[in-house]
Amino acid sequence: MALSMWRKLPKLMCVGHGFHTSPAYSHIIKLTRLRVVDNSEIGKRAMAEGKPPKCIHVYNKKGVGTIGDKVLLAIKGEKKKAIIVGVKQNQPALSPKFDSNNVVLVDDNGTPLGTRIHVPIPQVLRTILKEKNVVKGADYTKLIALASRFV
Amino acid sequence: MDMMNRRNHIDIPEFYVGSVLAVSSSNPHAPEKVTRFVGICIQRGGCGLRAFFIIRNVVDHQGVEMFYEMYSPVIQKIEVLRLEKRLDNELLYLRDALPEYSTFPLDMEPEYLPEGSAIPVNPIKVKLKPRPWLERWERQELKGVQDLGLPKRFYERAAAVAKPWEKYDLMAEYRESIPAEEQEEIFAEVYSQLHQLEVTRKIMKRKRTFVKPKKMG
Repeated sequence: MALSMWRKLPKLMCVGHGFHTSPAYSHIIKLTRLRVVDNSEIGKRAMAEGKPPKCIHVYNKKGVGTIGDKVLLAIKGEKKKAIIVGVKQNQPALSPKFDSNNVVLVDDNGTPLGTRIHVPIPQVLRTILKEKNVVKGADYTKLIALASRFV
Repeated sequence: MDMMNRRNHIDIPEFYVGSVLAVSSSNPHAPEKVTRFVGICIQRGGCGLRAFFIIRNVVDHQGVEMFYEMYSPVIQKIEVLRLEKRLDNELLYLRDALPEYSTFPLDMEPEYLPEGSAIPVNPIKVKLKPRPWLERWERQELKGVQDLGLPKRFYERAAAVAKPWEKYDLMAEYRESIPAEEQEEIFAEVYSQLHQLEVTRKIMKRKRTFVKPKKMG
């Protein structure tokens, strides 16, 4: 008897749930799942278990992260900072667009936690490093020194 | 005219969606000032100075796409490593295909075709990864993809949603293309210069520069 009651409920609660009001952006915002790309212990274990880290804060005036932004991740119950290294979003000319949102774990000073990055890294990081003056942002010198291949 | 001026400086070769290109662009902050990217052209668009193309390659098991504007002064060299066409006009489905179809070695050698031959059409049928996909490929008429293997309801819905009258829309075609008479006018203005450029390029290719002999030992 209870089952038939549920079926006859009017569709008042379900109005407007069948469409989206905005297109699908591939932005990196809070709660996006990211792919750790270096060989740090936590990163490897998180990716192997199938529980990719989620972003919980973007260090940016807008809440949207792009290549080169620092980001707070929640990995295996810990909070770690990381730098975004590749985005799925459409990029301006000459900036590469990757097939997955890549991220490199970093500690508070900017030193990467891993020892190798096995994915190509955009050259624009070098340009941002030279041209951006913000001290609070990220220090990518060590990150760039660690990278083996650039796109 | 600006496009002609740019082409006077740089040779932008003829290529199609599906040909493998190597693009060298200048980057002031790179150690060698030049960045070279090799990949297959998946899309070409825009018109005039805004013309662009997108190149895709899979490097270290990571798919990378680069968006290049054809007439940008930052681009130093465009080489066609393999000139060919595919069965489709846009190869965006390569993003959902197995990575082996988009991998091209970064140090590929250019393959030469005999002079004046027709452009080869590659009839390859690409296999897609299992769903979810980035787009509804069953709703677009793609010829370069293997059988998608979806349940029947997808195809029925695609048939219900399809707009077969769009290919008969004359006004849309007119808006997107340049009519034949104007094309002939434009080409007449530009043809003599282009022909001269081609001829000078051919001569420069064969010309051997004089290298001053250096003393050995």
